[in-house]
Amino acid sequence: MRTSANGNLLEVKDLRTYFETEDGVVKAVDGVSFEVRQGETLGIVGESGSGKSVANLSLMRLIPEPPGKIVSGSIAFRGRDILKLSPREVRAIRGQQIAMIFQDPMTSLNPFMRISRQLMEVTQLHLGHSKQQAREHAIRMLEVVGIPDAEARLESYPHEFSGGMRQRVMIAMALSCQPELLIADEPTTALDVTIQAQILELIKRLKGETGASVILVTHDLGVVAGMTDHIIVMYAGKVFEQAPTSELFEQPGNPYTRGLLRSVPDPAAEQGKLYQIPGQPPDLARLPSGCPFAPRCERVQEICRREFPPFVQLTSEHYSLCHFADEVYAESQRAA
Amino acid sequence: MENEANNLISIRDLKVHFPLARSAWFGGSQSIVKAVDGASLDIRAGETLGLVGESGCGKSTLGRAILRLIEPTSGQVLFRGHDLASLSNRAMREHRRHLQIIFQDPYASLNPRMTVGQIVGEPIETFRLAGGEAKKKRVQELLEMVGLSARFLKRYPHEFSGGQRQRIGIARALAVDPDFIVADEPISALDVSIQAQIMNLLDRLRREKNLTYLFISHDLRAVQHVSDRVAVMYLGKIVELAEAKSIYAQPLMPYTKALISAVPVPDPKVEARRRRIVLEGDVPSPINPPRGCRFHTRCPYAIESCSDVEPALVQIKPNHFAACIRISPEQPDIERVAPGDAPGLRAFSVASIA
Repeated sequence: MRTSANGNLLEVKDLRTYFETEDGVVKAVDGVSFEVRQGETLGIVGESGSGKSVANLSLMRLIPEPPGKIVSGSIAFRGRDILKLSPREVRAIRGQQIAMIFQDPMTSLNPFMRISRQLMEVTQLHLGHSKQQAREHAIRMLEVVGIPDAEARLESYPHEFSGGMRQRVMIAMALSCQPELLIADEPTTALDVTIQAQILELIKRLKGETGASVILVTHDLGVVAGMTDHIIVMYAGKVFEQAPTSELFEQPGNPYTRGLLRSVPDPAAEQGKLYQIPGQPPDLARLPSGCPFAPRCERVQEICRREFPPFVQLTSEHYSLCHFADEVYAESQRAA
Repeated sequence: MENEANNLISIRDLKVHFPLARSAWFGGSQSIVKAVDGASLDIRAGETLGLVGESGCGKSTLGRAILRLIEPTSGQVLFRGHDLASLSNRAMREHRRHLQIIFQDPYASLNPRMTVGQIVGEPIETFRLAGGEAKKKRVQELLEMVGLSARFLKRYPHEFSGGQRQRIGIARALAVDPDFIVADEPISALDVSIQAQIMNLLDRLRREKNLTYLFISHDLRAVQHVSDRVAVMYLGKIVELAEAKSIYAQPLMPYTKALISAVPVPDPKVEARRRRIVLEGDVPSPINPPRGCRFHTRCPYAIESCSDVEPALVQIKPNHFAACIRISPEQPDIERVAPGDAPGLRAFSVASIA
């Protein structure tokens, strides 16, 4: 398998995806860079309006245009820039080498088609399977994702499955062509916690078996803690912090990340007042000058309201977008 | 069950059944969804009782049946000794002043054509609590109480973010000075950073206004944080009830154990070590719930009699109740009983995550 010289399967550089709206230009993704290594799982964490989903739709070139537009940047997948490919070449990659699963399976399953046809279509198109091969492959995929009685269930319609089972069907479809990169956008948000545990286990197991890389997009810090190798935290279309998972949780270098971590109830801690980040998530059409998090930041200084913060390198793989990144990092160390 | 005098609300064998349309073919028999099927619960004055369970377990239906927003099929709901379930509609309307609800979806539960002032003022008018200037002043006071500026009075719901809308919903519930509030998934639709704000607000208001909450949520971390006691529901029944601390530290019933073990913890070190009980399959349909213990179809410890005997909610440890025939005060630890041997049960995996 070809990757770029440094072992990265995917390299996103300075990605900017903007939307024209009535309120003006919304910079949903504004200068985002990250890498995904072969076989690793990258977590992308953010609240609504952080740009996490738009970033992933950009990777697949699925931004509706207009109103959206990828204004600049590069997305190198195995060394080729996806943004420079023809629509036909992108279609060949999409679904075969890069697959995506969403929060709501019904957005990617056709309610009027039996799942047999939906699953078979993928491998007939991308792998050139004959009908018979595609059918056998579809049954095997349903078995892989743990759908009991796969052969019989193959002729069902999506609505005949429960939410968790539908999510499994979607995963089966996404993994049909053994993609090298699986993008999972809030794959368990609509599910109950016991079903969420099943699906996360499944993604983990399949990743181990196929060696695929995964991008896991979520707002739930608990989910990324157990599933990822690296994490990027997004806010207002920017990467606010980027670090190996254990380091991000142990020693965050950004006040926003630290606030998010502290505002999750800790089962081991005493009850009482929970730490809260004040204010509202940002309105992307009306971002303040300076740091976009400044209006909500507990340690805001004069400079934060005036100047956009630098992306400070804290350790070899740990970066934070903050005027006071070093101080925050040192404080987290003392607190730990 | 316990000291009656402390109970603000007592629910006794409450059932809420929804008949489904009769199948047209073969003169099909009537199907009934047993959303709540014999639930009993006491809610003490001044406490927050958390109610957790997976979707379809009946927790929201139970909350609404207490306020008779959904009519109970049978059973009692005692509020300060009055049986709400037997009141006439008119008498119930009077009682509603004391019993309020906050909904999950702050987008759907506010009338988009009414201003914030009208929304929060409406219950004050309905119960004729104040008029004119006094009413206006009261509305301003309520908005400030929930952390909204009084200058928002003339704005419409669409001008607010999700968290602000939830604050409007809370102000509306507080307008009539209630004693009891059903908070039905009040933070589920909100961003992580906003969830903490709303939890803190609800907790502060409870202390200041001497309120009692039924806090319904599928978010176990949130429920543990806000609750004094927690009740766990499965397919229309309460299956475990205990103080928040003990239910999380030492869950008794196998379902509660699985539920708590499934919650992801935001700490990579804990996640790496943790043993997770992965339940097989989905929650069965409440139309034909399994006989006996409703959890027996997914329970790793089920034995043959679990599919026959319906377990009662009994005290296993002090103030800790569970509905499971395999544990008892003498043997409270399910992990020390032999694993299930019921014939015909599906195989279960207790996966350990290394």
